[in-house]
Amino acid sequence: MLVRVTHWITVISFIALLVTGVEILISHPRFYWGEVGNSRTPPLFKIPIPSSRATVPTGYGFVLPDQNGWSRYLHFEAAWALVLTGLVYVISGLWTRHFRKNLFPAPADRTWSVFRSVIAKHLRLAPPERADFRSYNVLQRVTYLLVIFVLVPLAIWTGLAMSSGFNAAMPWAVTSLGGRQSARTLHFFVSIFLVLFLFVHVAMVVLTGFATRMREMITGLAAVSEERT
Amino acid sequence: MSKISRRKFVTAGLAATAGVSGLAVAANLAKRYGLVPPDSGGIYGPGETLTYAGQRLLARNSLAREFPRSMISKIPFANEIPPLNESFKRLQGGGFANWRLVIDGMVARPASLSLADLKSFSVRSQITEVVCEEGWSYVAEWIGTPLFEVLRACEMLPEARYVVYFSIDPDWWDSIDMADAQHPQTLLAWAMNDGDLPVAFGGPLRLRVPRQLGYKSVKFVNRLMVTDSLKGFVSALDPKSPNFGYSWYAGI
Repeated sequence: MLVRVTHWITVISFIALLVTGVEILISHPRFYWGEVGNSRTPPLFKIPIPSSRATVPTGYGFVLPDQNGWSRYLHFEAAWALVLTGLVYVISGLWTRHFRKNLFPAPADRTWSVFRSVIAKHLRLAPPERADFRSYNVLQRVTYLLVIFVLVPLAIWTGLAMSSGFNAAMPWAVTSLGGRQSARTLHFFVSIFLVLFLFVHVAMVVLTGFATRMREMITGLAAVSEERT
Repeated sequence: MSKISRRKFVTAGLAATAGVSGLAVAANLAKRYGLVPPDSGGIYGPGETLTYAGQRLLARNSLAREFPRSMISKIPFANEIPPLNESFKRLQGGGFANWRLVIDGMVARPASLSLADLKSFSVRSQITEVVCEEGWSYVAEWIGTPLFEVLRACEMLPEARYVVYFSIDPDWWDSIDMADAQHPQTLLAWAMNDGDLPVAFGGPLRLRVPRQLGYKSVKFVNRLMVTDSLKGFVSALDPKSPNFGYSWYAGI
């Protein structure tokens, strides 16, 4: 139950973070490495989109409307929702052994050959087996663990490392990343990986039966046909 | 209703009660210790309050990062400024000799200082970063008078809680709390790098608040007002407000 509630709060927070993150990005679609970077310094790379600021040289003859006010408000509010929900999820997951039971690869699966065979099955587009409907395979488990314990913490860290107030208290958070602009660039790439995860995750849900999976994640009731097997 | 579900129901009820009363206690404590920002109302209020309270608890006295001289940006980026009005141009014509900084509100000794008066206070210089909410940044050396020295000279009253600072542009002002107003790095900056503060960067006088985003460092400052309430000043979500709907606290 807690897994489902935290899942859906996370979904709402993540979508809010994504939309507002794009809005904030549009105000300066250039990325740099190191401590500083601005329209007068060479970028590491640019995103070829128009900007919401006239001061950014984009090559487009028009400027998009500025949406940063509410975007920044909502970005940080959603970040707080995600962090607090994530804390509840991780603490309860340790308490109820959710991670150990459902996400840490089973001892028999902790070998490269199992890993390879799961990947090979996916590459052959083999249809999922019965067992795959009841439990996660090793590839799914490793992916979920990476998202929960690596990518989301990295997104929080690189996000905080852009905060002047936070950096005043903990300068190592930004210096260890190579500077504030490096933190911003890393934040962007971590977000790209999280969006990739979202696409694959939703694609998997659709492939294994969108209606059934949604019903399970919302009500917690396993589909009847699966229960009988 | 089975036994288990009744127990669950009671547990959930107790947890909810504890949660609500815990929140009420936290809200009271937060108010008493100045952890509630002026834009704590509305749908974004909870997030704003958590950010502001978190940073005030974590970093009330922390110093913004300072950089070595070698990291000063060769070509700093001067952001757009609003068109300069007639009174600014008149003062500029006179080399800013008649520029005044008025200090009023909750001070025992209101004052009107010239740039020369300001420079007679102790001078502090710092090499800090200007960070814009848009994402860009640069590093420069800022030279000026610490705001806390001016507030002390004007004998700020103990009940003061905010300093509102006004630009010569009538639509431009902002405010900070006492943690930032009395912070040693908060400067009334009148010089930058090797010379006077250029007009494009806010000359002749700009407030520099290095622990917050660039939009809190208002340019062309000519008045400070000390107050215990921002009622009537802050409507941060109002797109017509000087912050264009940006959050009041900009430490993140």
